[in-house]
Amino acid sequence: MSTVSWITARGLLGRRRFLLLFPLPVLLVLLAVLSRVLGVDPSEWGPSVLVGLGLAVVLPVIALIVGTGVLGAEIDDGTVVHILTKPLPRWQIVLPKLAVAAGVTAVTVAVPLYVAGVLASSVRVGLALAAAASIGALAYCALFLALSLVTRRPVLLGLVYVLIWEGLLGNFVSGTKVLSIQQYVIALADRFAPTELLATDVSVPVAAVMSTLIAVGFTALAVDRLRSFSVAGETS
Amino acid sequence: MSVTSVEPKSTPAPTGSRLDLAGVSRWYGNVVAVNDISMSLGPGVTGLLGPNGAGKTTLLHMMAGFLAPSRGAVTLDGAPTWRNPEVYRRLGLVSEREAVHTFLTAYEFVLASARLHRLPDPTEAARRAIALVELEGAQSRRIGTYSKGMRQRARVAAALVHDPQVLLLDEPFNGMDPRQRLHMMDLLHRLGGAGRTILFSSHILEEVEQLSGTVQVMVAGRLAASGDFRTIRRLMTNRPHVFAIRSTDDRALAVALMAEPSVAGVELGQAGLTVRVSDYGAFTRALPKIAPARGIRVRQLVPEDESLESVFSYLVEA
Repeated sequence: MSTVSWITARGLLGRRRFLLLFPLPVLLVLLAVLSRVLGVDPSEWGPSVLVGLGLAVVLPVIALIVGTGVLGAEIDDGTVVHILTKPLPRWQIVLPKLAVAAGVTAVTVAVPLYVAGVLASSVRVGLALAAAASIGALAYCALFLALSLVTRRPVLLGLVYVLIWEGLLGNFVSGTKVLSIQQYVIALADRFAPTELLATDVSVPVAAVMSTLIAVGFTALAVDRLRSFSVAGETS
Repeated sequence: MSVTSVEPKSTPAPTGSRLDLAGVSRWYGNVVAVNDISMSLGPGVTGLLGPNGAGKTTLLHMMAGFLAPSRGAVTLDGAPTWRNPEVYRRLGLVSEREAVHTFLTAYEFVLASARLHRLPDPTEAARRAIALVELEGAQSRRIGTYSKGMRQRARVAAALVHDPQVLLLDEPFNGMDPRQRLHMMDLLHRLGGAGRTILFSSHILEEVEQLSGTVQVMVAGRLAASGDFRTIRRLMTNRPHVFAIRSTDDRALAVALMAEPSVAGVELGQAGLTVRVSDYGAFTRALPKIAPARGIRVRQLVPEDESLESVFSYLVEA
């Protein structure tokens, strides 16, 4: 494990903010278990729990907390200077941080999604959801990590993207779905395990290509922004 | 406390490193924070003195490659510091912001720095750097439990772990108690003596006086004075002073003061006397003799322009 990822992981898991990660996944599993115990037909609760809560809320929100946290928290409290005053090419800072963020997000989201998928349908659907969510975790984290270098308010901007663009506009303006990580994840999961529970207009090739482009593009943007990182110009 | 027991690693490069600023300016919109500064820093300790808001931090950030100059260039041994992480092999920075990974112990923190520098023997380098700032006793405690001065030392240790040729420190003595201050001054002094290029910023005259022979004075974004500290200090003490005086008999005191060679002018107003003094030392020695001799009691004696800003702005004019 590189020193950068070691510090990042300790910073992420050592802060109280980490506790924010647990309520949503727990809620997801609870709802799935409850629906199953009460004997509700999966076609009734599946889409709303798996997609409406799992892929539309839990995945992006966890990725937002983690993705903006791995670098954004250090920028906020100024500790980023310690890592930046080292003769490291900047990609050697961004990539380990992205790996930690995507890894933590993937584990936090994939496990409850797998459980919920199994309860709603089958092990195959559970695995498909977990795999697609992991790919989504990488794309989301790359986006949010880059956001934390582009703006001083990455969480706000990230929420706007998740809630307004993906959540609201996606329902009314179908064209926006082509630029929605959530739709890519649904398309990919549906491809891994075709099921009635998942429905999207985005094709699998588009989803695969766009996910890759987003992950690579925003990582490259983050590396470039970090190269020109300026310490806030307040004089005291 | 034995402050001389630990010596910095002996210098392999006898020449040291030079940090050069050529016509460096930095502005934010319409506000000019740093205005056309040129200087060349070589081995030894240099103080960057100036009142708060003079642009010292902005200048240091540009030196350390954390801010692009709007105009001009900052180079370390000929290589630009902006967008060039390679300079950190020879450069160390202790920023003013008290930012540390509080969840790490000092040893872990310094060791992490050594590893990030890819040093051949990170454990030994970390041990040496911690010994240099005398933090061995507390090195396995979490930094979160440290006092401000100890955190500062941990940060200095992390900045020194790769034995940099150039060390930049932004207000390093803020929040330190006198003993820690003395120790830090001694450490910087020894590093400077060993051929390192040390620059520290401060808004306190005495700190600079005690530590460095060479000083760069910054006022309102400009380089106001530069050179030997004693010359600048003389300029500062010999400048005209203005005092506001209130006494039992202002008019009689005014008459008596006009006879003094050290007094350049007296103004009698509603609120008392305003006295312009050309020789600070002579006047402050004379006043306690003049007033009692005439049965006048001085109720109030206030230097009117003792703020650092006025001292510095005098230097700009000089």
